Amino acid sequence: MHLVEVKGLTKIFNGTIKAVDNVSFEVDEGEIFGLLGPNGAGKTTIINMLTTVLKPTSGTALIGGYDIVKQSKEVRQLIGVVPQEYTADEDLTGYENALLCADLYGITRSLSKQRINELFKLVELENAAHRLVETYSGGMRRRLELVCGLVSRPKLLFLDEPTLGLDVQTRAAIWNYIRRLKDEYNMTIFLTTHYMEEADSLCDRIAIIDHGHVLKIGSPIELKNSIGGDIIEIEVKEDADDLSKILLDIKHVKNVKRNNSTYIVRAELGEEVAPEIIEAIRAKGLHISKISLTKPTLDEVYLEYTGRKLRDAQANWEEIASIRRTIKRARS
Amino acid sequence: MSAQTNLTDNRNLEVNVSPLHGLWALTNRELKKWYKKPFILTMSLVQPFIWLALFGRAMNINAIFTSGSFNIPGLNIPKEIINQISKQIMESTFGTSDYFSFLAVGMLSFIALFTAMFSGMSIVWDRRLGFLGKVLSTPISRGIIPLSKVLSAVVRAIVQASIVLIIAVFLGLDTSHITLFNVLGAFSALFLMVLGFSSLFVMLAIRSTSWETQQAIVNLLNMPLIFASNIIFPAKYMPEWLQPIVYINPISYATDISRQLLLGSPGMASLAFDFLYLGSFALTITIVGIILSWHYLSK
Ligand SMILES: Nc1ncnc2c1ncn2[C@@H]1O[C@H](COP(=O)(O)OP(=O)(O)OP(=O)(O)O)[C@@H](O)[C@H]1O
Ligand SMILES: [Mg+2]
Repeated sequence: MHLVEVKGLTKIFNGTIKAVDNVSFEVDEGEIFGLLGPNGAGKTTIINMLTTVLKPTSGTALIGGYDIVKQSKEVRQLIGVVPQEYTADEDLTGYENALLCADLYGITRSLSKQRINELFKLVELENAAHRLVETYSGGMRRRLELVCGLVSRPKLLFLDEPTLGLDVQTRAAIWNYIRRLKDEYNMTIFLTTHYMEEADSLCDRIAIIDHGHVLKIGSPIELKNSIGGDIIEIEVKEDADDLSKILLDIKHVKNVKRNNSTYIVRAELGEEVAPEIIEAIRAKGLHISKISLTKPTLDEVYLEYTGRKLRDAQANWEEIASIRRTIKRARS
Repeated sequence: MSAQTNLTDNRNLEVNVSPLHGLWALTNRELKKWYKKPFILTMSLVQPFIWLALFGRAMNINAIFTSGSFNIPGLNIPKEIINQISKQIMESTFGTSDYFSFLAVGMLSFIALFTAMFSGMSIVWDRRLGFLGKVLSTPISRGIIPLSKVLSAVVRAIVQASIVLIIAVFLGLDTSHITLFNVLGAFSALFLMVLGFSSLFVMLAIRSTSWETQQAIVNLLNMPLIFASNIIFPAKYMPEWLQPIVYINPISYATDISRQLLLGSPGMASLAFDFLYLGSFALTITIVGIILSWHYLSK
């Protein structure tokens, strides 16, 4: 059985803005599932509906068998959320914020204290636990949000852009925590991101989403293979007749493009196909002067499905400015 | 794996699922944010203090009646008689012999009203900063969210009104009628008033994302609510057209209760009626507010 079953979920804001358009997918227990899409794709809106903060305009979803519209209270007992914004109270300490979160789940004091201490250690915030959140950096705030999302030991954890605007080390550390949560607690994780690298290295399965539509779902490898797989480029030493036919006969080869004596072969399982290509050409009595194997990245996958390039994995200035605004707004 | 199962078992045993869980946690959050910032508390006390010092003390209304000796040629009225007459004028107008005491008790309602009016503002901030979203995704009942706002407003109002009362005593409030019982009575009237008004303002803010709108609503309503009540001036000397509004305004009843109890003034209605009116107002608005937020907190 699937832990999450999304069925025709749609959200229209103010009667005109179609933020999420008839989206359906499933998430299995114990997997890390990622929604990958650019700004404004509808990722946060989907999370908000699944976490019962927003009501769907139409469609619904089942989480652990409970309907998000009709059984929202049961759903809320199963989930933890780390929102995109920093929602902790500036005027309280990190510890006080975490206690508040635990109280909202009705966890008894002795248990919540023990868990919070554990979690602060996990995210390496224990030395800052009793400082006001006002004095926290962006990365520390993000980790505090993680603590808040985890105190209830949810079966399903939602992470909305967990590493937005963080530096490379902090990002790597957060990826590490997420993997540990999956391995140690068998937690199912539902995250959104617009970093290719993050989706690629962290997620078991990815849904590519744009303009409120799911364009393609699959594991990173499946997605890459779906656009024809690896790219093998070969240059034949001798001037010879067209070899395309011979290459196409090799198993797993999808297509071949010829440019004089250079051939561009697209194939799944490139590592296995490359030696066979070499053999086939040798068998014709010819020699290969150059060969290269390129694995497609999610960038290429994204380009293929949306016709657009997704932004680079580096946090750009615009984003950093927006993070700063969030912090400033929270402070004023 | 077995550790995993144990954790889940623990959770089910140690989780409090009463419909009121989270109420104290959220109320306490509001209160912590409040008392950790004494500056804001002080600022909110400045206004009633200015009213008391300026209108109650500096511009001495009593003096209008008492200071000038009536110098009507051919008539020689002894000073004591003039004082006696003016005292009676004061009593029949304000229900007490000095305007300062009249105003000071009015200021208790004033500060309570102000505290209540801003409880809508904090729900708007919670929405904008994403805190509300986070709370909405936890298993607490939706009705708890407005209730926590209202409850924290009540606690803040009671504390602030107590400070105003103490300041007023130091500035010369007539204390001849004050007993513990009377103070408790007056504060329960304030409690009901804040309960009703903060529910009202939370209700107005429940779908709002703009604190500017909320600010505008507060600014639009505060003056009419105060002037169309007996906080500053007694109802019976107000223009005819204004009087019905004063008699509808729940603030008048809260203030009337406080004046009857703390100053021994004759009231505009019986204490029982005052309490009945105020109580029905508070209860109705609070229940409506909680039901509405149940439905409308999430869009
Ligand atoms: N409350 C709202 N009212 C009106 N429109 C909204 C609202 N919330 C979101 N939208 C619109 O819905 C669309 C999807 O927004 P959403 O926040 O879900 O995007 P996102 O994928 O999370 O983007 P980002 O990467 O920037 O967080 C956007 O066009 C946005 O303007
Ligand atoms: Mg988003």
